[in-house]
Amino acid sequence: MELFLQQTVNAFALGGTYALLALGLAVVFSIMGLINFAHGELMTIAGYVLMYCGLAGISFVFAVPLALLASTFAAVLMERVAFRPVRNSSGATMLVTSFAVAMILQVLFQNLISVRSQPVLLPEALSGSIMIGGLVIGVNKLVAIISTVIMLIFLDRFLSKQKYGIAMRAAAEDFAVARLMGIRANTVIAGAFAISGLLAGVAAILWVSQRASVDPLMGFTPVLKAFIAAILGGLGSLRGAVAGGFLLGFIEIYLAAFLPPALQEFRDPIGLGLVVLVLLMRPNGLLPAASLKAEKV
Amino acid sequence: MVQPLLQVRSLDVRYGAVQAVDGINFEVEQGEIIALLGANGAGKSSTLNAIAGLVPTFGGEVQFDGQNITNLRPEMLPGLGITLSPEGRRVFGTLSVAENLQMGAFGMKDPHEIAAAWDRVYTLFPILAERRDQFAGTLSGGQQQMLAVGRALMSNPKMLLLDEPSLGLAPKIIEQIFELITTLNQQGVTILVVEQNVSMALEVANRAYVLANGRIATSGAAKDLAASTNLQNAYLGGA
Ligand SMILES: Nc1ncnc2c1ncn2[C@@H]1O[C@H](COP(=O)(O)OP(=O)(O)OP(=O)(O)O)[C@@H](O)[C@H]1O
Ligand SMILES: [Mg+2]
Repeated sequence: MELFLQQTVNAFALGGTYALLALGLAVVFSIMGLINFAHGELMTIAGYVLMYCGLAGISFVFAVPLALLASTFAAVLMERVAFRPVRNSSGATMLVTSFAVAMILQVLFQNLISVRSQPVLLPEALSGSIMIGGLVIGVNKLVAIISTVIMLIFLDRFLSKQKYGIAMRAAAEDFAVARLMGIRANTVIAGAFAISGLLAGVAAILWVSQRASVDPLMGFTPVLKAFIAAILGGLGSLRGAVAGGFLLGFIEIYLAAFLPPALQEFRDPIGLGLVVLVLLMRPNGLLPAASLKAEKV
Repeated sequence: MVQPLLQVRSLDVRYGAVQAVDGINFEVEQGEIIALLGANGAGKSSTLNAIAGLVPTFGGEVQFDGQNITNLRPEMLPGLGITLSPEGRRVFGTLSVAENLQMGAFGMKDPHEIAAAWDRVYTLFPILAERRDQFAGTLSGGQQQMLAVGRALMSNPKMLLLDEPSLGLAPKIIEQIFELITTLNQQGVTILVVEQNVSMALEVANRAYVLANGRIATSGAAKDLAASTNLQNAYLGGA
């Protein structure tokens, strides 16, 4: 039982990170139909900012907002430079563009920083643990869960209460008509990228705080997982992305913990098999987006 | 000479090889109700969408209120005082009624003007006030059409472009919609309305243009057109 609870905490921590990443992918996809595979590189950028801040002796308290600022700014810049010129192209063109952006950034990281994994200095407190009701919980896991919850609440408030948040939902549903209302296409899309960059930054900090290192390909695996999570939840659906992220986190952690040792080798295929099973039962994902029409008159 | 509020010159709209609008000219004077008629595929929506900036023009010029608005981005138009309520209503179904209306007032800054817009729309459509927290997607077709018009009114436009507001509605609701067009016009809104319901449209309109294959086939005072017996057969696909 104790092991189960312990693993459940781990699943929430990992699932929360996937949820934040999947949400970042979904926000951009819902607005402009782009699956941004360079999302992972936004994570990597935030990771490197943490690393450099550590090297420069800047306290973690300041490093975190700097890292978030960097990934947010990088996301907006990415849209402006790479995605705006292909905005009205097909989904495939945008997808390929995002692969190109990801590869260019990876090569830049490898050449300008290092091919190898670099250590990131983290506050000691993060590697400690605390006892809650007989459970030993890593501080980093706890921080991950709390940060995820805060981000989800923040985003939910923004999208349901703020004029610009409502405009983003309107644009996600019918971009052309949103424009007819006077909602500027450029502003909404830049806003979507800013939010996705912020989410990638938070996810990066949580990811790095579990591993204490950063490398040029750091973002690849988690964003691939987030992509699976977004599809699992229903591509373009924000609530779906969150649900898919958590479900994937649970599947991975529980399989790692409870699969018999002989089967551990097949953990990933079994996990993906479960995902496929869910999609066979719910082809549009757990909580599909209301409007799947990528209308762009 | 007073300039027309909306002036369209040699408007040309193409989708690849498809010539949807073929060099049409027309104008709408301040305070008029103008009907744009024509069979399916005649180019009515293409005309409105081109004016609103939703589709690019291939040639020609659109002047509104003394300003050249040809190929202006759609988000710029509400600020100039012209809004389009598009074909098929297209309310934001996953937003509440009130959120839909709020989006209609997106570009407005003055809180007094915004408050007046809410008042006006909720007075015109009490049902929308009643249903303000309901998802727009769960409204009936007629209610959605009222929301679509209400949303377009939230920016307090001088001119309203309506694309088939009576489409798919029950006869009683259609009557309400045409009454509404008259009411809005009496409130000072100039209206360009695309319609398939020819008789009703000609009843409320001052003048009408009839499109066929992207060209203006005939035009004139609404009552003259209504009296002409061969209008239906000649241009509107019979019946
Ligand atoms: N996005 C598009 N791509 C290609 N062709 C289009 C597009 N939109 C319209 N057309 C074509 O342009 C022509 C005019 O279409 P339009 O929608 O303007 O007609 P309409 O008069 O509004 O018809 P309806 O009464 O059916 O709404 C039609 O032949 C139509 O097939
Ligand atoms: Mg039409």
